[in-house]
Amino acid sequence: MALATEQFILNIGPLHPSTHGVFRMRVTLDGEIIQDVEPVFGYLHRGLEKLCEKHTYKQNIPLTDRLDYVSAINNNWPYVAAVEKLAGIQVPQRAEFMRVIMGELQRIASHLLAVGSLMNDMGIFYTAFMYMFREREKIIDLLEMVTGQRLLYNYMRFGGVSMDFPTEFLPALADFLKIMPGYLDEYDTMLADNEILLSRTKGVGVLSAAAAIDASTSGPMLRGSGVKWDLRKDSPYSVYDRFEFDVPVGQNGDCYDRYRVRMEEMRQSLRIIHQAVEQLPAGSEKTSVPLRLRPAKGEVYTQIEAPRGILGCYLVSDGTEKPYRCHFRAPALINLTVLRNLLIGQKLADAIIIFGSIDISMGEVDR
Amino acid sequence: MTTSVDYNDLASQLQGQFGQGFTPAEDYVEVPCAFIAKAAEYMKNTLGFDYLGMVTAADYADHFEVIYQLQSIKTNSSALLKVRCPKDKPFVPSLANLWLGASLQEREVYDLFGIEFTEHPHLKRIVLWDGFKGYPLRKDFKGKAYGASD
Amino acid sequence: MNWSLSPDWPGNFWLRLIIIAVVIIAYVMSSVIMFIWMERRVIARFQSRLGPNRAGPFGLLQAFADTVKILTKEDIIPTLADKLLFWIAPAIAFVPTLMIMAVIPLMNGLQLADLNVGVLYIAAVSAIASIGVFLSGMAGNNKYSLVGAIREIAQLISFEIPMVLAIAGLVIASGSMSVSGIIEAQNIPFILVQPLGFMIFIVAILAEINRTPFDLVEADSELTCGFNTEYSGMKFALLYLTEYSEAVVGSALIATFFLGGWRGPLLPGILWFAIKMFASFMFILWLRGTLPRLRIDQSMRLAWKGLLPLAFVNLFIIGLKSVFLPDLSLWISVPAYILISLILVMLWAMFMRKERQSFGG
Repeated sequence: MALATEQFILNIGPLHPSTHGVFRMRVTLDGEIIQDVEPVFGYLHRGLEKLCEKHTYKQNIPLTDRLDYVSAINNNWPYVAAVEKLAGIQVPQRAEFMRVIMGELQRIASHLLAVGSLMNDMGIFYTAFMYMFREREKIIDLLEMVTGQRLLYNYMRFGGVSMDFPTEFLPALADFLKIMPGYLDEYDTMLADNEILLSRTKGVGVLSAAAAIDASTSGPMLRGSGVKWDLRKDSPYSVYDRFEFDVPVGQNGDCYDRYRVRMEEMRQSLRIIHQAVEQLPAGSEKTSVPLRLRPAKGEVYTQIEAPRGILGCYLVSDGTEKPYRCHFRAPALINLTVLRNLLIGQKLADAIIIFGSIDISMGEVDR
Repeated sequence: MTTSVDYNDLASQLQGQFGQGFTPAEDYVEVPCAFIAKAAEYMKNTLGFDYLGMVTAADYADHFEVIYQLQSIKTNSSALLKVRCPKDKPFVPSLANLWLGASLQEREVYDLFGIEFTEHPHLKRIVLWDGFKGYPLRKDFKGKAYGASD
Repeated sequence: MNWSLSPDWPGNFWLRLIIIAVVIIAYVMSSVIMFIWMERRVIARFQSRLGPNRAGPFGLLQAFADTVKILTKEDIIPTLADKLLFWIAPAIAFVPTLMIMAVIPLMNGLQLADLNVGVLYIAAVSAIASIGVFLSGMAGNNKYSLVGAIREIAQLISFEIPMVLAIAGLVIASGSMSVSGIIEAQNIPFILVQPLGFMIFIVAILAEINRTPFDLVEADSELTCGFNTEYSGMKFALLYLTEYSEAVVGSALIATFFLGGWRGPLLPGILWFAIKMFASFMFILWLRGTLPRLRIDQSMRLAWKGLLPLAFVNLFIIGLKSVFLPDLSLWISVPAYILISLILVMLWAMFMRKERQSFGG
């Protein structure tokens, strides 16, 4: 005689310690196994794209910071690159290298937060989380030295960056580059062979390569599934073709692979920053651009490799000083497409781990 | 380096497959509204564009445009497609059955522009709540912040 | 103990009971306060941060500050909650921990009741505390708490059996089921004589008291507090107290059964007992600072496939030794058994790892 069971619906979020931001999942549970997931978005929708149409081009740069507030410098990049393409603005070499250095520093900080939060979700594992935040504080101190801000930097401008490096920045950066590999090794010692971590992430949330391409995932999610697609190598923008670095790729597409890809990407970012600092030319940090810029009429779509995936900006200009249409292709929203398929059939405890390994930032998802 | 396809070449290929109406331009190919799903399927299966990069829309004075960006990971090339649809009958065939990645983006376009994607498995509002009236990203949207009294 | 007004006074019995009961309750409460402070400061140092350092020197008065705060909070009862269960469940959870402390000697003779089936009594009463936790999860009419309560019962049942089997090994080795008998038989602490039993007992007791890596019952990051989500005010204080007094009892059991209880040279018994209890708790804290938590099916797999066979093997070996080699010199039996335990644990670890890979996690 079978036992009569009943399914019940559980709301995970929007206020929850482990949904990174305000995100709600309506989960239908049968005991502990998930039967259905309905993600509910929109709790952080601020109408960014409509706001962009109201402001001038330059006033939109701080708005782009607020897209993925965890890694803010990378968000300015596709927007300024798009406007520069439309308006035909040349960027001096020094500014390109500075953009690369700041962008890669921000990538390391963002991955530290992503992996730290994943460890935290695995069981009040604050130890790993606080250690990674200690390093993130060092990076934020470096970024504050240059921009004066700790979280939302408003750093890039059309034709370059807003401020040059102060004199104390490069020595501090050299110190950081010396000690950081030691810390990355410390994380590996603590985490890479941890039996409980392996058993909670290996084989959990497996995303095959074909499914990843079908769902338009990008970034560490796509690379964790074995597809070697990184815009910095396959479609180099700015000065990325002058650097030598590897693109780490996973094999099985489970949470463990995505975590390893992020750890390896941090090492590669350190390599890129090293080479960029060596090759940093002298020069000005931006070309001067009229305050009320009027790019030529037209449209353009630029993409960059942000820490969470491919961040793109589709810009339509009608010749006036305000954009006609500005759309941001948010990697976090598109990576969430697979959430339902990944979660069905898993247990509730795994749902949090899988969700943490997708690594979203709600500012991007809702815009 | 990602290369853009030769749009004239692409337009003539699609024309040979599906008939008239495919207009190439410098940066994109304009696809007639009724053929977008079939053309995308042709590009995915035959021409090898297996990755759908972006789906978005724009509101012009007399029509809507829906913009798609397709990429081929193997040959490292990309193509931009555009679809025009009239403002009084904004119906566009959905690509969600070809690529799972189109489903959330098309829901967003429906939510903010009001363009309905036929045959989308789950078309409902995504960033705004279900009872919201109006489509904010249209140029004629009158919300409180834009001076409306309601 | 003869604390009496005169040797024949009939009230001696009750006077003794009352005095010892007060001593035990005072000891447990002060241990709980020390444990709360230790937990917050030591875990903070593990995580390279400071921990509470405002309330009193080194944050020592933090527990008092927290108590005052919790007691002044509004006592909210959800409308659809089962009122009777909601009221009683925290008490059902807390009282058994004090009951267990009644049979544990703090010093030679300082024991509330020297039952001659003390071990059986401990095994029975320790299950009731978990029932209290389960009831508090069920009574709140909250799905999160219900999931936590379900996990709690599954874990309780899975780990009860290996724990009792590990204790059974002690009973055979010491020849008596009373707790003071087990302490008297420990001329060298049982951690050396029965290392396998010690390992099994530590894992099982961690699961019984719901601490990392088995704290999935109140998984903060998944279930927002699990069974005590709906509680506030004094009832929450009682559940919070239960969590720490279970830790006190767990450390006391480890100290009593495997580390020799109050026995030790030079210092008075109660001081040795306190030292051993605090050392066990430091080990428990160390685990909390280092390990993530297991999933419910993984922890049950550990109990049924990992600990239970090992507990049977442990009992078998101890039984064989006491029947056939009762006079084997300790110099031979202790290293031999340590070696056997290490080999067995490594074999089982390889077996469990193959299990994990074949299951895919």
